Amino acid sequence: MGTRDPLLKMLGVCKEFPGVKALNHVDFELRHGEIHAVCGENGAGKSTLIKVLTGVEIHDSGEIILEGRPIRPRTPMEAPALGISTVYQEVNLCPNLSVAENIFVGREPMRGGKIDWDDVNRRSAEALARLNVKLDVTARLDEYSVAIQQMVAIARALDISAKILVLDEPTSSLNKTEVANLFRVMRKLKSAGIGIIFITHFLEQVYEITDRITILRNGQLVGQFETASLDRLQLIAKMIGKDLEEFEKGIKESLSDTASAETEGVYYRATQLGQLGSINPFDISIGKGEVMGLAGLLGSGRTESARVIFGIDAPDSGDVSVNGESVSIRKPADAIRLGFGFCSENRKTEGIVANLTIRENIVLALQGKRGLLAFLTRKEQEEIADKYVKLLNIVTPSIEQLVGNLSGGNQQKVLLARWLATDPELLILDEPTRGIDIGAKAEVQKLVLQLSGEGKAVLLISSELDEMVRCCSRMAVYKDKHKIGELRNKEISELNVMKTIAGGLN
Amino acid sequence: MDARKKLDKRLIDRQLFWPLFALVVLLTFDFFYIKGFFHIEIIDGHLYGSLIDIVNRATPLMFMAIGMTLVIASGGIDISVGSVLAISGAITAIMIGGDMVFVDGVPKYAAHNPMSVAILVALIASVVSGLWNGLLIAKLGVNAMVGTLILLVAGRGIAQLIVNGNVITVYYEPFFYIGSGFFLGLPFSIYLVAAFLALVMWLVKKTAFGLFLESIGSNRVSSRFTGLDVQTVTWACYAISGLCAGIAGIIIASEVKSADANSAGLFIELDAILSVVLGGNSMAGGRFSIIGSVIGALVVQTLTTTIYAIGVPPEVTMVVKALVVIVIYLVQSQMGKTSLKAAGGATALKAKEAKA
Amino acid sequence: MKSLQINSKFIPLLITIALFGGLFVAGSVSYRGFFSMQVVLNLLVDNSFLIIVALSQALIIIMGGIDLSCGALIALSSMVVAYSMSHLNFHPALAILAVLGVCSLFGFIQGWLITYQKFQPFISTLCGMFIARGMCFMINQDTVPITDPFFMTMATTRIKLMPGAVISTSVLVALAILAIYIYIAHFTRFGRAVYAIGGNEQSARLMGLPVDRTKVMAYTLSGFTSGLAGIVFCFYMLSAYGLNAMALEMDAIAAAVIGGTLMTGGVGYVIGAVFGVMIEGIMQTLITFQGDLNSWWTRIAIAFLLCVFIVVQRILVLKRESRKVMRPVEFLD
Repeated sequence: MGTRDPLLKMLGVCKEFPGVKALNHVDFELRHGEIHAVCGENGAGKSTLIKVLTGVEIHDSGEIILEGRPIRPRTPMEAPALGISTVYQEVNLCPNLSVAENIFVGREPMRGGKIDWDDVNRRSAEALARLNVKLDVTARLDEYSVAIQQMVAIARALDISAKILVLDEPTSSLNKTEVANLFRVMRKLKSAGIGIIFITHFLEQVYEITDRITILRNGQLVGQFETASLDRLQLIAKMIGKDLEEFEKGIKESLSDTASAETEGVYYRATQLGQLGSINPFDISIGKGEVMGLAGLLGSGRTESARVIFGIDAPDSGDVSVNGESVSIRKPADAIRLGFGFCSENRKTEGIVANLTIRENIVLALQGKRGLLAFLTRKEQEEIADKYVKLLNIVTPSIEQLVGNLSGGNQQKVLLARWLATDPELLILDEPTRGIDIGAKAEVQKLVLQLSGEGKAVLLISSELDEMVRCCSRMAVYKDKHKIGELRNKEISELNVMKTIAGGLN
Repeated sequence: MDARKKLDKRLIDRQLFWPLFALVVLLTFDFFYIKGFFHIEIIDGHLYGSLIDIVNRATPLMFMAIGMTLVIASGGIDISVGSVLAISGAITAIMIGGDMVFVDGVPKYAAHNPMSVAILVALIASVVSGLWNGLLIAKLGVNAMVGTLILLVAGRGIAQLIVNGNVITVYYEPFFYIGSGFFLGLPFSIYLVAAFLALVMWLVKKTAFGLFLESIGSNRVSSRFTGLDVQTVTWACYAISGLCAGIAGIIIASEVKSADANSAGLFIELDAILSVVLGGNSMAGGRFSIIGSVIGALVVQTLTTTIYAIGVPPEVTMVVKALVVIVIYLVQSQMGKTSLKAAGGATALKAKEAKA
Repeated sequence: MKSLQINSKFIPLLITIALFGGLFVAGSVSYRGFFSMQVVLNLLVDNSFLIIVALSQALIIIMGGIDLSCGALIALSSMVVAYSMSHLNFHPALAILAVLGVCSLFGFIQGWLITYQKFQPFISTLCGMFIARGMCFMINQDTVPITDPFFMTMATTRIKLMPGAVISTSVLVALAILAIYIYIAHFTRFGRAVYAIGGNEQSARLMGLPVDRTKVMAYTLSGFTSGLAGIVFCFYMLSAYGLNAMALEMDAIAAAVIGGTLMTGGVGYVIGAVFGVMIEGIMQTLITFQGDLNSWWTRIAIAFLLCVFIVVQRILVLKRESRKVMRPVEFLD
């Protein structure tokens, strides 16, 4: 095998979106019969790399060479014709059609001007049998689990002629048996010479199934490694952009030593809180005046935990108490009534209301808490808005500006202002500094420490580990949808977080 | 502070500019082509003339436009308003009816039931209709068009049942005052609209209802995450829309002194939607202007009156109205594209995709 | 064993057929003269144009859209036929061709607005409805009679199936359209693309289906079919008037939904719409046989059924989403 040309080569691929270099001269290579992981945190460029390969986006420069021939897929329909198929986490099939139809829709075998359904069903059953799956192909697709739906998607891809199969986070919602089945199929395809690009947030799965790993960070190639020769700690360090050797020379003093070690008392406590399919049951407590970090790689369960705590996803297990009193939080309104606030990582879709003004966005949560009739007067609203615009340095000509017109950093500040205006007891911040400039970042970090100084509880999630280390006085570490450990005070360092992730739950 | 007020004012002006402009264009046309259009005279202390007539005739539509504005702002639609209007008219007419009785030897008409009771029952029925729509849409999550379709189909049948398939004529003088009476020289129904408009404006501007509604219509998910009661607010919009259709039904029944379950409010849902769209409101929901919709309703009525006046078959108005909706829609979608670009929305969206 | 098993996909359709059977039995038990072949056949005779538009409505709803213009298009179509023959002396064949062309173009424009200008389907077709009605009155404001011999023949010819059981030519046309629609929906790539779009438009696009083309084609087909229904309507009425077939689109939508078509798209059988029309028809017949019930009960009964189906559909969808138990699968080794 080694002497053959690689199946796929991508050379110096660049893709720029307005304001973002999503891919900056990235090289990639995939061999015949290889399972190849692409790893990286938020904004690394994984998705863009896949989109360029599958024709969803067209790259600005660089070359894609498939079996020695340059290709340039321009639409999502062209790539499958070239032999490149993708199976997404959210299966892109039609739930209302039968299994067999999903494999053949758009290219049904015709006979005498009619679709030959017998042929469709027979060939579908065969295609699935090649994946060692036997099921009733005439049943609706959504009567089967997501795992099976993925198998159907793979069968469709292979039937269209796949040389390369891209599996984009296929295992996110699968249980152990289902993952094992998927891996069996992947190994089978691998032995048939198909190249598989595997994207996953589950670190252990990378080690279980892949041959090589390509690591991206901020749109640039970090490197391509043999899986066997790259240990977990190194992988994590490369993903989050840390130089491991620097750590080993001596751990720098982290700022967290200055944060109060003794907390004034537990504000929030949850035991065995969890939601099937998104986060395994975990215990957590947050003290007054404490900045609690939820650390872990992207997709580790850190965001899912925050959403369950805030009641966005109603938990299906666990007990929660606030200030020692047992409470039930089933929806965001419950949490807000108790004095929680939540800044989502999806600022545009789950945070700001783009069509409303800064003033309206800022008073929204407070007004929601006060109810319909206790309407803040225009003057009160303006005072509140003015206060926070000044306090958070929101750059805008007027508080009557639509929030949709602001920059990302200023939108984030408006969102923070919305919750600060409610005087929250517990503020949950999911990636509050993502996609905003350095000045704004520092301001947000300062604000987090300030809040804890005022005795508020803060729950912080950030992909930037140094930011977490700087701000948090305690840290829960997540991996593969489990909480695997907790670090406090002096234990908190970037190296320790990485070691915990690398070591836990093997 | 001054600059802020100015910016605020400019936004309002821009939204109201087009409906006012359309109104002026139509009236200018009428001024030149229809003799005596602007002529207003005083007979028995009442003002008469085409302009007064337009405003008077537009009152039912204004009510429905107010309700429809709220529903559309919530991101929905209510196509059952015509049927609710028919139900309300039927209830009022059948309950008031009118019998001839002799009082001191003089024939007089008396109501079956007190007028206030009849109106109250009609209004309650209308609100219940709205609540039913809200139940399907806000609570069960049925698509708004589909949810209100049920009442659209059933409503006229119910109205027909109430009047037993007949056109019910009302013989009761005081009832006519609602739709054709005059107060201080002006048609009484204008005062009704003014009062209701004031009430709704109070709800929208002096309570948090308007803020919540605009937030929910713009971004449901964010609104839920901010703790707003999305369901109740949406529900309320449909209830108000039902109430508005009910009031319109009473006014129309009073104006024509009868209830015809078959033709009352037929096709009026498009007029209501047209008024809202003409008022500068987006069909996508979110930001809204009730005043704009009321002006929109005036434009629609002026258009109808104009077409009548120049002797074109009245059914042609339907074609014109539909074409106007299509054109406004096309313009809105074009403007939506450009304004999104201007706001950097497209840029930010792409950047987000790149990251995801 | 497999052949004995009823595929769960057919359950909604079977419920509809059972409902029809139940209503027929109820009528036969309650009223003398109800139990006859002709009562059933009359449902077809009196509703053949409704069956035709219900078929196209079902396909559009399966695609996740809606067509509110079909009733108005029937009126327009019959008006164009009647007027072109009586006032312009068109040959019937030419009149029919012209009408089918006009209605197809009408459907095409509606589809184009929906597909390429992102109109909500109900806005586009509601406007279409108004324009079609308005156009009727622009052509002629009164009732236009049809005296053409071909139409007269079509209207009066009765085909005897057996003693005491006759059907009209319109029924044959409707049945032919039914056969064509079954073929389109279940045996062509276009039909399957319609189902795929109704299931998940985004996925259909990513699977490489010609989504835009299919949508425009489906609305064009719907316009064409409404035109055809208008011609059949002429066979039935032998006259045209701008307010004919009022609110027929509601009956068509109700028929599709009662026939097991999911309002949110993706699920349903076009043949279900036929049974939907039959159920609507038999309810009307029942109310007629009852005698002392106002005919307006029909509308309420239809709306009630529509409501039950929509609410049940919604609840089933919610249940499906939260379902945890999946069909079993075998893994071969």
